[in-house]
Amino acid sequence: MDRMAYIAMTGARQTELAQAVTSNNLANISTTGFRADLHGFRSLQVAGEGAPTRHNAIAETYATDFSPGATVMTGRDLDVAIAGQGFLVVQTADGGEAYTRAGDLRTNSAGQLLTAKGDAVLGDSGPIAIPPSTSITIGTDGTVSVQVLGQGPQTLAAVGRLRLVNPPLESLEKSADGLFRRTDGEASPADASVKLTPGALETSNVNVAETLVTMISLARQYELQVKTMTTAEENADAAAGLLRIR
Amino acid sequence: MNQALWVAKTGLDAQQTRMTVVSNNLANVNTNGFKRGRVVFEDLIYQNQRQVGGQSSQNTVLPSGLNVGTGVRVVATEQLHTQGSILQTENSLDMAILGRGYFQVLLPDATLGYTRDGAFQQDAQGQIVTASGYPIQPPVTLPPQTQSITIGVDGTVSATLQGQSAPVQVGTIQTVDFVNPVGLQPRGENLYLETVASGTAQPGTPGLNGLGGIQQGALEGSNVNVVEELVNMIETQRAYEMNSKAISTNDQMLQFLNNNI
Repeated sequence: MDRMAYIAMTGARQTELAQAVTSNNLANISTTGFRADLHGFRSLQVAGEGAPTRHNAIAETYATDFSPGATVMTGRDLDVAIAGQGFLVVQTADGGEAYTRAGDLRTNSAGQLLTAKGDAVLGDSGPIAIPPSTSITIGTDGTVSVQVLGQGPQTLAAVGRLRLVNPPLESLEKSADGLFRRTDGEASPADASVKLTPGALETSNVNVAETLVTMISLARQYELQVKTMTTAEENADAAAGLLRIR
Repeated sequence: MNQALWVAKTGLDAQQTRMTVVSNNLANVNTNGFKRGRVVFEDLIYQNQRQVGGQSSQNTVLPSGLNVGTGVRVVATEQLHTQGSILQTENSLDMAILGRGYFQVLLPDATLGYTRDGAFQQDAQGQIVTASGYPIQPPVTLPPQTQSITIGVDGTVSATLQGQSAPVQVGTIQTVDFVNPVGLQPRGENLYLETVASGTAQPGTPGLNGLGGIQQGALEGSNVNVVEELVNMIETQRAYEMNSKAISTNDQMLQFLNNNI
């Protein structure tokens, strides 16, 4: 069988996968703190008999775009956006640490500070619990202070400080749950240079124009692959025509 | 089937839900005590098609893998329990809570509901009831010869009766607080229900221990910010269009495949 058709098929299949990555970026255009996935293609030589010039394309998400998204002021006391680089640390269900930039925090009935996903947000000394309070203030350095119920504004109590970290970006990998984890397995110490913008949320950093152009370009690329498949078919047809007995 | 189509479909679904929430906020822009909602999006699970760092041979590892995300979902529609604007109405049974707290009302199924809508009225027995007719808890009944009523900051209800100069105290209005008001479940009719997430209701005297005081003759309006909702609506519409663009692009790819192979 002609190998050309299969190589073109692989190309088309990988283009579909790249298109799925692009669509996922577009679908998460309103997800708070979402970081876009960057896809690329790599050529992989086809081993085996036949011409050594043959290469399959392999789609891969080689990196995550860590450029900051836009900051939207919401005025809610538990919303925080990270100004510049840095991450909030959360404790996942398995007890491990993960990093996120989604700062739409909330509390549960025990007063524990959680992300919207439901993971506990970690402070400098473990999870942060917020007592019943009239007002909650999160400072630019992550200090959480509350005015405890029934007490005046002169008795602001600091209940903890959000742990803000800035691990090297090349050591981070997006896990299946959308949170970031370190691939080298090391812990990230708190970094005092990471600053928060309280009362604001960071939007997704998906660049719409670029993503739409990528999508069109992938669609055309796909058509090229299909065209190659048609050419392979025509070639086979012509070869069969030579042998046809009239 | 083409994965991108389904990913884009989750985007459409999520934006549709967001539009519903925005529309509901806008529809309730004049509802007393309404707390606006906000959708929270979350990216769906990523499919690890090729593990980064996997061995490509005995001595080499793959420098990057293929993680394909599967789209987005709405993880929550949370209510933002910030204070709404206070409107002076001069109606003696209108009450606004200035700060934390909820009025407690008795529902027909004998459970309790909680509301910030302070537009109370009297029923035929003189009981103070909500606009839907649910009596406030603990019940306060006004005597038939009531000329005027006064509600104090701490919820004390006193009435001046016909032919008497000194007002008499006829009851007190209690408010309740929750550890996590965001966890309350909206029920409609301006009511909220207690849930596991909100914690149990803690009754108290208005104005004490962090509970907001009661202002008579005023109502708390909706806390919907119209400008913000309109901007949200524009953003939702454009995001919806982009996701439908992704669907049509993928459709064209498949169409090209069908027509040419």
